[in-house]
Amino acid sequence: MPKITIDQKEYEFENGMTVMQACELAGTEIPRFCYHEKLSIAGNCRMCLVEMEKAPKPIASCAMPAADGMVIKTNTKTVQKARKGVMEFLLINHPLDCPICDQGGECDLQDQAMYYGFDKTRYEENKRAVQNKNMGPLVKTIMTRCIHCTRCVRFSTEVAGVDDIGLLGRGESAEITTYLEKTIESELSGNVIDLCPVGALTSKPYAFKSRPWELTKTETFDVFDGVGSSIRIDTRGKKVLRVLPRINEETNEEWISDKTRFAIDGLSSQRLDNVYSKIEGKLKKSSWNDAFTIVKDQIINRGRENTVFLSGKFTDVETLYSAKKFSESLNSPYYDCRFDNAQFVEKSNESFKFNSSIQEIENADAILLIGSNPRWEAAVLNARIRKAYIENDCKIGIIGPKLDLTYNYQHLSDSLEYLNDLSNNQSDFNKVLDNAKNPLIIIGTSAINNQFGSKILETLAALAKKIQKNKDVNPLNVLHQDISRVGALELKFINKNFDKDYNLGLKKHIDNNRPVVFLMSLDEIDFSTLENAFVVYLGHHGDIGASKADVILPTPAYTEKSSTYMNIEGRVIQTSKCHNPLGEAKDEWKVFRVLSDLINQKLKFNNLRELRNELTNNYNQFLSLNELNLKKDLSFGKINKINDIKINYNISNFYMNDSISRSSETMALCTKDILKKVA
Amino acid sequence: MKHPGTNNKVYKNINDNFDWSPENFKKISKIIKKYPSDRIQSAVIPLLDLAQRQNNGWLSKNSLEKVAETIGMSYIRVLEVATFYSMFNLEPIGKNFVQICRTTPCWLRGSDKLSKVAKDVCEANIGETSSDNKFTVVEVECLGACCNAPMVQINDDYYEDLDEESFKKILENLKNNKSIKVGSQIGRKSSQPERKFDA
Repeated sequence: MPKITIDQKEYEFENGMTVMQACELAGTEIPRFCYHEKLSIAGNCRMCLVEMEKAPKPIASCAMPAADGMVIKTNTKTVQKARKGVMEFLLINHPLDCPICDQGGECDLQDQAMYYGFDKTRYEENKRAVQNKNMGPLVKTIMTRCIHCTRCVRFSTEVAGVDDIGLLGRGESAEITTYLEKTIESELSGNVIDLCPVGALTSKPYAFKSRPWELTKTETFDVFDGVGSSIRIDTRGKKVLRVLPRINEETNEEWISDKTRFAIDGLSSQRLDNVYSKIEGKLKKSSWNDAFTIVKDQIINRGRENTVFLSGKFTDVETLYSAKKFSESLNSPYYDCRFDNAQFVEKSNESFKFNSSIQEIENADAILLIGSNPRWEAAVLNARIRKAYIENDCKIGIIGPKLDLTYNYQHLSDSLEYLNDLSNNQSDFNKVLDNAKNPLIIIGTSAINNQFGSKILETLAALAKKIQKNKDVNPLNVLHQDISRVGALELKFINKNFDKDYNLGLKKHIDNNRPVVFLMSLDEIDFSTLENAFVVYLGHHGDIGASKADVILPTPAYTEKSSTYMNIEGRVIQTSKCHNPLGEAKDEWKVFRVLSDLINQKLKFNNLRELRNELTNNYNQFLSLNELNLKKDLSFGKINKINDIKINYNISNFYMNDSISRSSETMALCTKDILKKVA
Repeated sequence: MKHPGTNNKVYKNINDNFDWSPENFKKISKIIKKYPSDRIQSAVIPLLDLAQRQNNGWLSKNSLEKVAETIGMSYIRVLEVATFYSMFNLEPIGKNFVQICRTTPCWLRGSDKLSKVAKDVCEANIGETSSDNKFTVVEVECLGACCNAPMVQINDDYYEDLDEESFKKILENLKNNKSIKVGSQIGRKSSQPERKFDA
């Protein structure tokens, strides 16, 4: 390995590293503004100057490739002088408005000015002022503060894949803007706020809300899509003020979607914080004791063995497990999680997971997307596909209506009938898949939400087996949209009668037996099926489900309890409680525990620890957290003939497709501004 | 300094239509052929120049967007290029675009006087367009003809070795649509010595 001398010590480094990366290996911190690991190198802020032996002047370490035998000095007088000089130039046009700046306290420029800058100014001329630009409802701009590092420009072009932000003019008149000040039309636009090293791009909903040192920071996981991004939630009292990404190379890299980041204002509006029960056709405030009695009586009167348990988008594993146990104690087999009717193959756990792992997408050189809009269903995952497209020249084919995915693709067909061509080697795309070293198939729920769903999965498993090159990578990937789904399917939270057609099976059962139906934060079904049922809604938002309920039992939202989820890959994640629940909310498992006691079928666990112990004893796949246990079996593959089924994407609005984001004002603004829809 | 080429804003008030003229359309395919087929975006500068010539010396919103669409670039990328170079004007200009060099050599040789002449004859202040739309007068930095200072660029041509009188004549002739002499106004070729050497 080549060697480099940094501050008189020799270090080995890998070929292709820059001087800055080599310095990081050596543990030497180099100040920087424009350089960012995930973006291309610009080298325009000049803050990372270091001294190189035999070079006439300091070099920009971020842009200089490290070479064998190089001698670098990072703590000499020259370097200190260079840093001071650069800092002085950067501060010439930077306003002294730290006291009113939202970045204050977590600002790279502020910190580095303290370390490397002068303590007073020598500049007596007028400072430059720049007009603020509109960038939409999420990103607030104070452009006078901009130091032109162009991180936002590079992010939007390279990662987000929207050519929206640019640097106009040059020299003193350089300005960052979007074309004619239009909104940034990306699901990842909020990340430019984190990238901005100064306070030029800040969060509009969070503007003037709080200072970083006032906030309680909780490291947890996101629940708005199936990826389960690592996030940090900042709270003050019982209010969630902002969400920031944590670095997790395996799932979200450094990014999170705008829904994850900004839908949190939905957590403080339309909340259910009281028990309600329907008296004479009207929902009235009630108490837990009364509600428990009503529900118990209804379960017994309407036939305990018919009681239905339906899970929704945010239902965690603890809830599912306790509901299943409760249901079993009632002798009722009627529990199900497949509200979008997505099918799977019963004998295989591979048929509902993202088997190759999210990180593996980076190595892909051919991807077949079937009935999926990854840009909306899992925005950070789509950024990975784009990365593969850019770095590996990945060929992408889609089956389903055309859409803008931020990368080029070959549109194969609108109909699933095309799978027959693929199975019979009659498609152009067969060659692409066969020649690829790392082909992947990604199946969205829009392709398998019909009665032939499991047949389609079998056919695709057969195709996956055929194109598989690397035995360690299973190319069959199912992309579920909800964080709850994979965990629910692992728990076999399903009922045979609801196979093939969820709504039809449900309607039949409810019309015949008129049972009690527990909706666990489920708002996404056809509510006409529930007409003859006694509906108990467990949830945190007064959405559609609550309005149709006979009894409403408030439960904590995802920031208010610690719960376990399984993400699309089968990775078990455990969220942390950021603050106490609002109002009278009670955890779902406690509700089932009390009800089971009232019916004299008491569940065995008394607290969350006992529940988790019991759960992991019965289902050991939930035992180890944050670990991937990839399944590679594809033996369920079987070529079936597929009928002509036209794909309709089952997601119509990225910004508002669950009870929390539907209550969010910010998401409503995005819907209006970006999708031009009425929220 | 006010200069239609150093503006970062797209001029939106004029609701013009821009489409390539048939001659220019032919030229485009010639220009694009100069670049590798997957790099035709390199043609953005010659195309912007073509569009500016066709659009009376400035780039409107529609012409910028037309250029972007022609070579498959996003609007913001084209605008970045157009705002970077001061030779691309983003505001309407008069028929004669008078750029007076005011960098040191020309200034020492009297460019201030030329500016005053231009103001008087064109009836427009520096950075403005005259009301008859015949002139736009701007002051610019070095145009690279210092040997023949002071000098002025009007549209594509240089007028060198000027003094108040000769510059006034040029502008008045332009105003009256009369022909004018391009290049040195004292008759020397390029930058050869002004006076003959005595043997």
